[in-house]
Amino acid sequence: MSQIEAAAPKFKLTVSRDVTDVAYRLLAVALICIALSLVSDAFLTANNLLNVLRQASLVFFMASGLTLVILTGKIDLSIGATVGLSACVAATMIKSTGSSWLGAAAAIGVGSIVGLGNGLMVTKLRIPSFIATYGMLWVAQGATYYYMSGQSVYGFPAGFRALGSGYLLGIPIPIYLMVAFLAIGYFFTKRTTYGQQIYAIGANTVAARLSGIPVNSRLNLVFVLSGAMAGLASLIYLARLNSAEGDIGETLTLPTIAAVVIGGTSLFGGVGSLFGTFIGGLILTLILNGMNLLNLNANWQPLVTGLIVLLAVWLDMKTRSKTDSN
Amino acid sequence: MSERGLAQSMSVLGRVPGVAFVLVALVAVFASMSPGFSTAPNLTNILLQSSILLLLALPMTFIIMTEGLDLSIGAVLTLGSVALAAVALATGSLTVGFIAALAIGLTFGLLNGWLIAWLDIPPFVTTLGTLGIAQGLCLVITDGTSIVGLPSGLQFFYSGYFLGIPFPLVIAAIAYAVMHGILYHTRLGTYVPALGGNREALRHAGVNDRVVLAVIYGIGGLMAGIAALLLTSRISSAHPTAAIGMEFDAIAAVAVGGTQFERGEGWLLGTLLGVITIGVLRNGLNLLAMPSSIQVICVGLLVIVALFFDGMRKAHE
Repeated sequence: MSQIEAAAPKFKLTVSRDVTDVAYRLLAVALICIALSLVSDAFLTANNLLNVLRQASLVFFMASGLTLVILTGKIDLSIGATVGLSACVAATMIKSTGSSWLGAAAAIGVGSIVGLGNGLMVTKLRIPSFIATYGMLWVAQGATYYYMSGQSVYGFPAGFRALGSGYLLGIPIPIYLMVAFLAIGYFFTKRTTYGQQIYAIGANTVAARLSGIPVNSRLNLVFVLSGAMAGLASLIYLARLNSAEGDIGETLTLPTIAAVVIGGTSLFGGVGSLFGTFIGGLILTLILNGMNLLNLNANWQPLVTGLIVLLAVWLDMKTRSKTDSN
Repeated sequence: MSERGLAQSMSVLGRVPGVAFVLVALVAVFASMSPGFSTAPNLTNILLQSSILLLLALPMTFIIMTEGLDLSIGAVLTLGSVALAAVALATGSLTVGFIAALAIGLTFGLLNGWLIAWLDIPPFVTTLGTLGIAQGLCLVITDGTSIVGLPSGLQFFYSGYFLGIPFPLVIAAIAYAVMHGILYHTRLGTYVPALGGNREALRHAGVNDRVVLAVIYGIGGLMAGIAALLLTSRISSAHPTAAIGMEFDAIAAVAVGGTQFERGEGWLLGTLLGVITIGVLRNGLNLLAMPSSIQVICVGLLVIVALFFDGMRKAHE
């Protein structure tokens, strides 16, 4: 385990930074909640808050896999298109076989294959990840449109729909799933060798390689996980919408990246956490929910999300360069 | 042929860029499969459609040479088109509309440059953010619908002729000449590959690398503004999603043309060939009744194949 010890001091630093980062972001959540409850009576209702958490869970599933990729210093721009392709394949699978399980396997399988394609382009062909996954975005989207040929598939079994819109003890089922994946993800990133190697690769890829970490196979792993989580997210999305169309994933990539960067994961790798991404997704969802409550047209969403992404990255870099120079 | 002659011709062949082989192969395939392909009107059509893409791919070559990227250029082109149409309708003047499109393009280009050069935000996330902003503005301004009823004089810019040459080709030729001049015959041009290959050295040499970067992204925005004139003229209207995704074709053309995503190596003539290759590919697939979804997949695969062979050649060297 010498490679882990070599990188150990870095981890101590990131953990403590994680704590302060998360504290600031929880403060932001509280401020947004106070502001929204002042401007809208509809905000502070159990229904709306559960709705926010349910929407945040969708963002979290997509953003959690992406967080792992970004922790290694790479990027996955194909998330939205992967969700779209997985959802459409799963939808037709469920319709034709009647089995939700086969549909679930198809969604996660398709997502993993797309992720593996991304990983191989980055590790074998040495294409920069932002180019490889950007190309994959269009290839996956083209495949989705061709596969659906303008049709939509709708009406799934009640058992499957419960995954997205069901309740257990008065709480939406996706929220339970999110908590479960947050716990698994925390264990994976902070308590396993794999997780620590992911941080080490992002902190310094050359050092990680020299200390014996199998960098390429770990990179393939994070891209496959990113695709698989997109596949999982597509199932919950599908169960919630109860229909699938070719353009289902088109607008999802920007909010997903927004959630990760708001959550404090550095685009340069090595710094960040899944819990931060959960908070980031929550902040983004709260803002979009607030726009909704204030009756702001949905056409404003890409503009606001774009501004938030730029603001979040800028703030992150500003605070980071300050702490680094201290 | 003697052995020496063979070796000589091989080395000459080796200097011909891969994209030229791809282009010739595609033309041969489409000409044999589709009788409508090698007709004069169709070939002219390919060139006309390529002219808009060239306006985006030329600055994209510069940007990629600096190890940057501009994902927003398609959305900025669309916003330019929307602004052109909205302003032209409101004022009744195409000139004012065109100035609005140029202003929008330049503003977004300089905004990208500022965020990347001064705030040090990575290019792909900067331009993904400005893509969202531009796309959002398109939707907010048009409320998701087309802007129609533009002055008929607009059509000249895509279907008119200047000295017997289609007007878009004149624009494309001027743009190419200007960008060629900048890259190969000015001091700014020598900074472009240095920004990608060795930014530190450039800074030590006393060059204000931030200003140079901002100028390069600004040129990209300006070109998108000019392209907005051709696009709006071509479809005689403005639509909020008209050129969304065109940055993909532009990046693909640059990649297929042999410009490197690392080390600052780039080649403007390669980009020109790349643009025509993408144009031929899309046109040929169109004639074979392939939907645009298949076309996008083929463009993506072409890029992967190009980068694959590029990687092999690098490994060989």
